[in-house]
Amino acid sequence: MTPSDPSAAPADTLTDGPRRGRGRTPGRVRGGTPLPLLVPALVGLAFLLLPLVALLIRAPWRSLPDQLAKPEVWQALRLSLFSATAATAVSLVLGVPLAWLLARTRFPGRGLVRALVTLPLVLPPVVGGVALLLALGRNGVVGRLLDTWFGITLPFTTAGVVVAEAFVAMPFLVISVEGTLRAADPRYEEAAMTLGASRFTAFRRVTLPLIAPGIAAGSVLAWARALGEFGATITFAGNFPGRTQTMPLAVYLALQSDPDAAIALSLVLLLVSVAVLAGLRDRWMTAAS
Amino acid sequence: MTTRSARRNRRSTRTLQVAAVGAAALLALSACSSSDDKADSSDTTKSSSSSSPKLSGTVTVFAAASLKESFTALGQQFEKEHPGTKVTFSFGGSDSLAASITGGAPADVFAAASPKTMAIVTDKGDAATAPATFVRNQLEIATLPGNPHKVASLKDLTKSGLKVVLCDKTVPCGAAAQKALDASKLKLTPVSYEQDVKSALTKVELKEADAAVVYKTDVKAAGDKVEGVEFPESADAINDYPIALLKDAPNSAAAKAFIALVQSADGQKVLTDAGFLKPTS
Amino acid sequence: MTEAHEAHPARTAEPTDKDTAGDPTGTNTDVGPTGTDTTGDPTGTDTGLDARLVVRRGTFLLDVELAAAPGEVVALLGPNGAGKTTALRALAGLTPLSEGGRLRLDGAALDRTPPEARPVGVVFQDYLLFPHLSALDNVAFGPRCQGVPKAEARAQAAVWLERMGLAEFAGTRPRRLSGGQAQRVAVARALATRPRLLLLDEPLAALDARTRLDVRAQLRHHLADFEAVAVLVTHDPLDAMVLADRLVVVEDGRVVQEGGPSDIARRPRTDYIAQLVGLNLYRGEAEGHTVALEAGPAITTTERLDGPVFVAFPPGAVTLHRDRPTGSSARNLWQCRVAGLETHGDQIRVALTGELPLAADLTTVAAAELGLHAGAPVWATVKAAQTHAYPA
Repeated sequence: MTPSDPSAAPADTLTDGPRRGRGRTPGRVRGGTPLPLLVPALVGLAFLLLPLVALLIRAPWRSLPDQLAKPEVWQALRLSLFSATAATAVSLVLGVPLAWLLARTRFPGRGLVRALVTLPLVLPPVVGGVALLLALGRNGVVGRLLDTWFGITLPFTTAGVVVAEAFVAMPFLVISVEGTLRAADPRYEEAAMTLGASRFTAFRRVTLPLIAPGIAAGSVLAWARALGEFGATITFAGNFPGRTQTMPLAVYLALQSDPDAAIALSLVLLLVSVAVLAGLRDRWMTAAS
Repeated sequence: MTTRSARRNRRSTRTLQVAAVGAAALLALSACSSSDDKADSSDTTKSSSSSSPKLSGTVTVFAAASLKESFTALGQQFEKEHPGTKVTFSFGGSDSLAASITGGAPADVFAAASPKTMAIVTDKGDAATAPATFVRNQLEIATLPGNPHKVASLKDLTKSGLKVVLCDKTVPCGAAAQKALDASKLKLTPVSYEQDVKSALTKVELKEADAAVVYKTDVKAAGDKVEGVEFPESADAINDYPIALLKDAPNSAAAKAFIALVQSADGQKVLTDAGFLKPTS
Repeated sequence: MTEAHEAHPARTAEPTDKDTAGDPTGTNTDVGPTGTDTTGDPTGTDTGLDARLVVRRGTFLLDVELAAAPGEVVALLGPNGAGKTTALRALAGLTPLSEGGRLRLDGAALDRTPPEARPVGVVFQDYLLFPHLSALDNVAFGPRCQGVPKAEARAQAAVWLERMGLAEFAGTRPRRLSGGQAQRVAVARALATRPRLLLLDEPLAALDARTRLDVRAQLRHHLADFEAVAVLVTHDPLDAMVLADRLVVVEDGRVVQEGGPSDIARRPRTDYIAQLVGLNLYRGEAEGHTVALEAGPAITTTERLDGPVFVAFPPGAVTLHRDRPTGSSARNLWQCRVAGLETHGDQIRVALTGELPLAADLTTVAAAELGLHAGAPVWATVKAAQTHAYPA
C-alpha cells in the first residue's frame, strides 16, 4: 500500500511491541496530576454519581423487602435481561458486518449511510417507536407484508421489545466497531488473503479476533442502552407484564401511583446492571487486551 | 410550542422525581424564565373590557393531558379578555403533574383528571381552595374507522383475536376502564396497558390495535381516524375532573379569574363541545 | 512444489553460479528484452515468472518488466518511493494491474486472479503475523485455508518451524517473539502454502544491525533452497547483493539497470546505484586513457576507450593531502573543499566539493592528522589503476 519505507516500520509496535516492556506499573499515579484536569474530572464524577447517591438516600429501605417480594419485579427484570441480551445479539449479527462495510469498502454515498446509521441516536426514542410502528407495525410498510405472508406481527410481543431495543442500541455497536476497524491494520486482511483466505475467511479468522475488544466494548454499550430503553419500547411494543413490560416501563408506571415502588425497582435495575457490566469488563476487556 | 414544552416538562419531571434532586429548582427556573419577561413587559395602563380588578402577569396552569385542546382555547380567550395577562400551560399525566406540584413547582392552578390525583395535592396541603369538579369525562370504545370488527359492547372486546389496548391501571383512564369491567364482571386481557390515554388512542389510530377504551373527548379529538362506540357500563366509571387554586400560587388573582372562566357558561360550552360532560351537582 | 521442500540442502552451489552466468542482458537498461512476447502461450510448458507490472496511480506510473526462472532470486532495488512495494503488491494481486500489464507464472495468466487464488507467498515488511494466533497457528493458517485438515495443517506447520529452528516457539504468540524469530515465522508462514512465487518486502528492514547479520545468512540459506521464483524488495544494496542472484534497479517507476550483483556494483549506471554501492561515478567522453568528465576536469584511466563512458572508483581509492602533493605519482589531482564528514564504522567518509565532487574514505587517525573540518581546503588524488572505465 505505502511505498516501502524502512524508516517507518510502523507495525513494529504491533508485532513485537512488548519487547519494549509495555508492562504498566499498576496503580502508579504520577505525583502531579494537573489541577485543570483533576478539578473538572472530580466535578464530572460527582455530577454522574450524585443522582445515584440521591436515589440511594431516598430509597424506601424499610419497605424495600416488601417491594422486592412482588413477583412482577422479577418478571420485569427477567424480561429486561433477556430482551437486552437478545437485542445485543441482533445488533452483533447485523451491526458488525455493517461496521465492516462502512470501514472497509468504498461505495457512493457512504458518508450519508454512516450519518443515517447514527440517526437512531439523535431521534427521540418515542419518535423511533412511532417510526418502527409505521415500518414494522401490523399496518406498517413492511410489517403489513410480514403479517400477510408469515402471519408475524411484532407490536405487543417480546420480539417487538427486542426489535425496539436493537433499533436504539445498534448504532452504539456499529460506531464502536467501525472505529476499531478503522484503527486496525487492514494489511492483516491482505496478509490472510495472500495465504489463501477469501475475504470472508480473512474477516472471520483474522479481523474478527483482532477487533474483539472493540466488539466487546460496543456490545456492552449496546446492552446497557437496550437495558435502559423506554420510549421506543413502550411505543412500539406496548406494556404488558411478563411479555413487554421491561424494568424501565415498570419503573415509569410505578412512578404514577407509587414512587417508593419506582425507586425500589430502579435500585434493582441499577444493581443488576452494575454487576453485569463490572463482571463483563473484568472478563472481556482484560482478556482481549 | 405548548405540545413541546408540555412533553419536555413531563419527561424532565419524571426523571428528576426519580432522582429526587433539583426537580423543584429546575422547574422553578423554567417557569420563571417565561413569567419574568412577560411580567416586565405587560402594559397595565391599557384599559380592558372587564370591570373586575386589574389583572396582569402570567397564570401557570397544570392540567391533565385530556384538557389540552379545550384549555388552550380557554387560555386564548382569557388573554383576550384580560390584556396584559398570559396563560402558560403544562399538560401531562395528572399523577406526574401532582408530583411536581408537591415537589414545589410554582403553579397557580391544577386541573386533574381524577379526584385521586387531586387528593395527592390536597393531602399535602398544597391547595388553597377546596377542589371543585368542573367537568366529567366518560369512557368510550375507540375502534378502527368503520368498526370492521363490529364492536357494539364492552363484552365484544373480550372476543378472542381482537387486539385491545387499555390504559395502565395506574392512570385514571385505566382505573376507570377497570372499574367498568369489574362492574360488568368481564375479564379482558388487552395486548398492552398503555402509559396514558393518548398512547392508547394512537395504537388504534395507527391500526396496531383494533380497539381501545378511552375517553369520549379523545375519540372526538381524533376526528375520523377512529370511530367511537358508547357502552352503558361507562356510566359506572365516570371521571370527575377537579380544579383547584394552589396555595403558593404566584398570581392568585388571575388564577381565580381563570378558574371562574372555566366554570362559566362560556367555559362549559367549550368543554362540552370537546366531549366533556357537565358536572352533576 | 511437492517434494522439493523435503529435499533440503542439495542445491546450494547452483544459485551462486548464476551470479555471473545468470544474466546475459545485464547491462541493458532498456525495458523489454528481445521481443519474446508470451501473451498467448497456452502450452503451459514455460516456467517461472514473466510479468510486465504496469500500475497507474495519479501521476505516478510504474512500468517494470520482470522475468525470472524457477530457483532464481531477483531483488528489486531502489530508493524510497520508486514503486518497489507497488510492484510487489501487483505481483501478489493486492493492487490491480493497469492497462498494458501482464502477469504469467509457470505459464498461467494471473492478471485477473484474486490474491487468495494465486500461488504466491508474501513475507511482509513488518511480517504481519496474526497477533492472536500462536507461531504454529500462524504457519498453519495457509494450509488451513487451502483445505488441509486442522491436525495435518498443524503437523506441517510444526515441520516448517522445526526447519526454521523455531520448534520450541510453536506455542508462542508473535508479540513474545524477537524480531529475528518473527521474521523466520513469517518466512515459514509464506512457504507453508508452497508458493510458486515468493515475495519478500524489505525482509530485514525491521531488524537491528546485530540480528540482521544472522537472519540475512539464514534467509539466504532458505532462499537458496527455494525451488520456485523469489522476488525480494529492498532499498539496502547489501541485502540485495547477498540474497539475490540478479538485481533489478528501479527508480521512479522504471527499471534503470538490471544485472548480477557484482556486475552492478562494478558498473553502476546512475548516481543512485553508485552511491548505493559506494562508488564515485562520472560520465564523460573518453579518448585513449583520458576521459573528459562532464563535471569539468579530466581523469586518467588504465582502460583505453573512445566515446561516451562511465568512470567509477571507490572512495577508499582517494587520498587526501593538506598541501599540494609534489612528488606524487598520481595523475589525477584535484583541489577540493570538505563539505561534510560522516562516520562509517572505523572509517570516516568525507564529502568533497570543488573541482570534482567526490567521496573519500579515511581512517579516523588520518582524518585527525589532516585536521579535517567542514570548509577545510584539501587536495585529492586517485591513482589511475584504481579507476574503472566502461562504455556508457
